Amino acid sequence: MNASKREAIDRLLKMVFRATGLVTIGLLGGIFFMLLFNSIAFFAKGNPIDFFTGSQWNPGSDAGNYSILPLLASTGFVALGSMMIAVPLGIFTATFLSELAPDTLRTILKPVIEMLAAIPSVAIGFLGIVLVGPAIARVFGIQNGLNALNGSILLAIMALPTIITISEDAISAVPKTYKEASLALGANKWATLFQVTLPAALPGLIAAVMLGLGRALGETMTVLMATGNAAALPKGFLDSIRTITATIAIEMGEVPYQTTHYFALFAIAVVLFIITLLINLLGEFFANRLRKFHA
Amino acid sequence: MKARLIIFLNWFVLLGSTLLVCAVLGIILVDIFSKGMSSVTWEFISQPPAKGMTQGGILPAIIGTLWLTLITTLFAVPFGVACAIYLNEYAFPSILTNVIRASIRNLAGVPSIIYGLFGLALFVQAFRLGTSVLSAGLTLGLLSLPYIITTTEEALKRIPNSMREATLALGATQFETIKDVVLPSALPGILTGVILTLSRAAGETAPILFTGVAFYINGLTSSVNQEFMALPYHIYMLSTQHQSIEQVRPLAYGTSVVLIAMVFLLNLTAFYIRFKNRTQQ
Repeated sequence: MNASKREAIDRLLKMVFRATGLVTIGLLGGIFFMLLFNSIAFFAKGNPIDFFTGSQWNPGSDAGNYSILPLLASTGFVALGSMMIAVPLGIFTATFLSELAPDTLRTILKPVIEMLAAIPSVAIGFLGIVLVGPAIARVFGIQNGLNALNGSILLAIMALPTIITISEDAISAVPKTYKEASLALGANKWATLFQVTLPAALPGLIAAVMLGLGRALGETMTVLMATGNAAALPKGFLDSIRTITATIAIEMGEVPYQTTHYFALFAIAVVLFIITLLINLLGEFFANRLRKFHA
Repeated sequence: MKARLIIFLNWFVLLGSTLLVCAVLGIILVDIFSKGMSSVTWEFISQPPAKGMTQGGILPAIIGTLWLTLITTLFAVPFGVACAIYLNEYAFPSILTNVIRASIRNLAGVPSIIYGLFGLALFVQAFRLGTSVLSAGLTLGLLSLPYIITTTEEALKRIPNSMREATLALGATQFETIKDVVLPSALPGILTGVILTLSRAAGETAPILFTGVAFYINGLTSSVNQEFMALPYHIYMLSTQHQSIEQVRPLAYGTSVVLIAMVFLLNLTAFYIRFKNRTQQ
């Protein structure tokens, strides 16, 4: 092959590679505008005020009640519950792995976390039905264990690997000099850990929690299977709920194309999209702060 | 005395949390495998369902998941690797590059059900591919893209610049350098990332719900424009939608065993490639 031909191939492929980079921007933009256009169709047809202020999601009724509030409250409720379990558990585990565990133990435990991350969400949802649900029913003496508590436990399991991995990176990234300075000043191991190492890693820990929360908010199958599917405002953790994701999963398969109900599902999806995007951006902001702080 | 109690409590909390996380994995695996292994027979994985799903096997679901993973691979791997090559080999730090990176990070955070909606609007309706294994595979491909790009870029970053410089100094063009030197050396790393991503895609349910998965099809999926059965969806339907849920519970357990075994096998392959590559270096 002569030189000019080789260079032509080189230039051509450079353009191909760049095009794929641009497509990723197009993809994110495409998802957003697809959601947005379909939701605008809903707001043009439906009742935008009722969407944000009403209290019922009941597409089957004659009036057709499309209020996001019960779904949004359910989503937030179950995700918050999962964080109450996963944040302490995840950060304690990450602390143990990075600061206390001997090397051999760490090489055994890290694959355990990766295996937990690899289990498909539908399998965890299945265990919510056959294992966690009956356990909750027995402990609290109720008929049915498919409720917000069940969903929170399962979502915590799903968010744990994310929280542990990122927290551990953040804790390990704290410079050794910080610890040495603290120990040299006479602080013991624990004071150093809790008053120097963990506070220095805090932005990274917040980033870990944000990304875990993003995962919990967007998870579909576990909450669809284990939370009982009742689209009402939740009053407690033993109430059945229905999240935004579960509502889309149940109703999109059966709804006729381009009806108000169809567009309403896109309208709740765009709200979910914006929330998860904001949570992820916030997580990224804290992760960047950690990077700058240690640079 | 008080100091000792505090030290004890610290250990108790930190070690206890770690053990609890391990116990969760243990409980999941022990429960599913102890109750599901007895259902997994040769008939179970080689026969189609029979008698309204209450008997028979899950062969169509296995074949469907293999089809799906194949289409996802064919679509997402070339695309993802090309994008990673652009980011690591060509792109200079600029606003555009930052926007691309930010898009990729945010795509990784988009809920999987929203990929399902996007696949429905784009592939099923706009491209008129219908509800088919092709639409579902492409949707899963989009979902996998950010992970493949990120892991591939990590693998490319580990190739020392001296190798690129040596090749360029010998007169190779940049593309030849990438094709003949950078990619072959980064291959084990890329492969690890790709396999881990695919193992994740194979277990996804939400993105395929509206793009082509079916609870039952007659026969096996044999072309890309057919609907298909998939293992994760089969578990979902057997455990929530079947008329006689208690009766099909062993089948749901068995299907979970097959799915988890498949996912773990892919993960082990990835770990093996990573381990072998490290010991060679």
